[in-house]
Amino acid sequence: MLLAILVLPLSGYVVNAFAQAEQQAEQTTNPRSDTWRQVRQANEGYTAVKGRETNELIQGSGQNWRQLRNGPMATYGSWLLAFVLVAILGFYIARGRVELTHPRSGKTIERWTLNERRLHWTTASLFIILGITGLSLLYGRHVLIPLMGYPGFSAYASIAKWLHNILGPVFMVALFTILIKWFKHNFFTKTDIEWFKAFGGMVGDKHPSAGRMNGGEKVWYWTLATAGVALCFSGLVLDFPNFNQEREIIQIAHIIHLLTGLVLISFSFGHIYIGTIGTEGALEGMTTGQVDVAWAEQHHDLWLQDVQQQSNEHNKKEE
Amino acid sequence: MARMKFLCDAERCIECNACVTACKNEHEVPWGVNRRRVVTIDDGLPGEKSISVACMHCTDAPCQAVCPVDCFYTTDDGVVLHDKDICIGCGYCFYACPFGAPQYPQEGAFGARGKMDKCTFCAGGPEEDNSQEELDKYGRNRLAEGKLPLCAEMCSTKALIAGDGDIVADLFRSRVVRRGGRPDSWGWNTAYKD
Repeated sequence: MLLAILVLPLSGYVVNAFAQAEQQAEQTTNPRSDTWRQVRQANEGYTAVKGRETNELIQGSGQNWRQLRNGPMATYGSWLLAFVLVAILGFYIARGRVELTHPRSGKTIERWTLNERRLHWTTASLFIILGITGLSLLYGRHVLIPLMGYPGFSAYASIAKWLHNILGPVFMVALFTILIKWFKHNFFTKTDIEWFKAFGGMVGDKHPSAGRMNGGEKVWYWTLATAGVALCFSGLVLDFPNFNQEREIIQIAHIIHLLTGLVLISFSFGHIYIGTIGTEGALEGMTTGQVDVAWAEQHHDLWLQDVQQQSNEHNKKEE
Repeated sequence: MARMKFLCDAERCIECNACVTACKNEHEVPWGVNRRRVVTIDDGLPGEKSISVACMHCTDAPCQAVCPVDCFYTTDDGVVLHDKDICIGCGYCFYACPFGAPQYPQEGAFGARGKMDKCTFCAGGPEEDNSQEELDKYGRNRLAEGKLPLCAEMCSTKALIAGDGDIVADLFRSRVVRRGGRPDSWGWNTAYKD
């Protein structure tokens, strides 16, 4: 009782102290630092000046983009491209060309129709132009300016930029047509697992079975169907600034575009090598459309069987 | 050599936009391009602050770092300038710049960018000082005439100051000391002091 009499009147101090502490807690931030904190958090303000994101005083993400692009992207990208080229050269020296194991039979069958070849070479030439112009924008400052000088590289770069912007959407149409046209040939099957286990016949003398598309071609297809599609859509974001997309979106799109572009370019080195000097008799399939039966037997045996079966049935029907 | 700097005193800026207008007029900046703008934080709320911003002429300039054709250069005065003959209008400097300084006149369809334009600290470009060519491309070169940027010269409350970094810093420090932590152009204490 005595204790209560002594303590209770003091409770007012406790309440008061709490209230004071609360008030102080509210005022712990300096109003001026609050302003600058808002600025650093890229909060939107008001401005009378019309234009893209003019009401944002400071955008912080640009510095991240700069460091990603100039740092890891440019550095590891060049390493990746160099590594792939060196690996291909090393493989060519070690293994050499994958020759035909049986002599040419002289008989040929159609591997790619005229339409497929047109589509392939349209996409391929666009890819090469876009790849070279794109790499010029990333590495030209370090590689081409010392060769061409500032005015020379500037003149080339403005043409490169224009070409890249114009041909990008055209490439997108061509790529999407290819992806749709060859979609049904590119599902992975058990044959492909065996194909990968034998390294596609590139190492050793085994000749793993393959249908019309082998495992490697399917991987290239699905790389294009994922990274290629991401490349196209991120490219559209960059190509059309008239929709007033925010810088942060552009920066993300740019990093995606760089990453997928570098992956596809390094992948295309392998594709080009295998399709030309790496494999005897492969290029003629895409130029003339016809491949030798011996080549088909070696590289795409299951497809050859299908084709022969179909033509047999066709002949039977005609009889 | 002086190291040129801009400083905007947020306690003094009254968002009159005179700096924006002065700049646009002095340099005959094309339609749609603004080298300087005033941004107001907490507009219409207690604690509202306005800040005038343009190119801050960074020492480690992001625009300079990302330019694919390397068209930027820093003068002996620490002013970041660019060569419009080299610029290809790719937009990278706009992505990288924290202050949104680089601007592009629209050239052609789909928002295709023309050559970049930005604040030159009234120092022109790589052309001969005060030549007609320099005037056409970059506007007046006041620095070559021994004058400071017009935006700051024009500022009615002297919120925006431009010049040698040491002098600008001393000026601002003396203001801060005088204020003693209180805003000196804001609220009842300023207008109705006894």
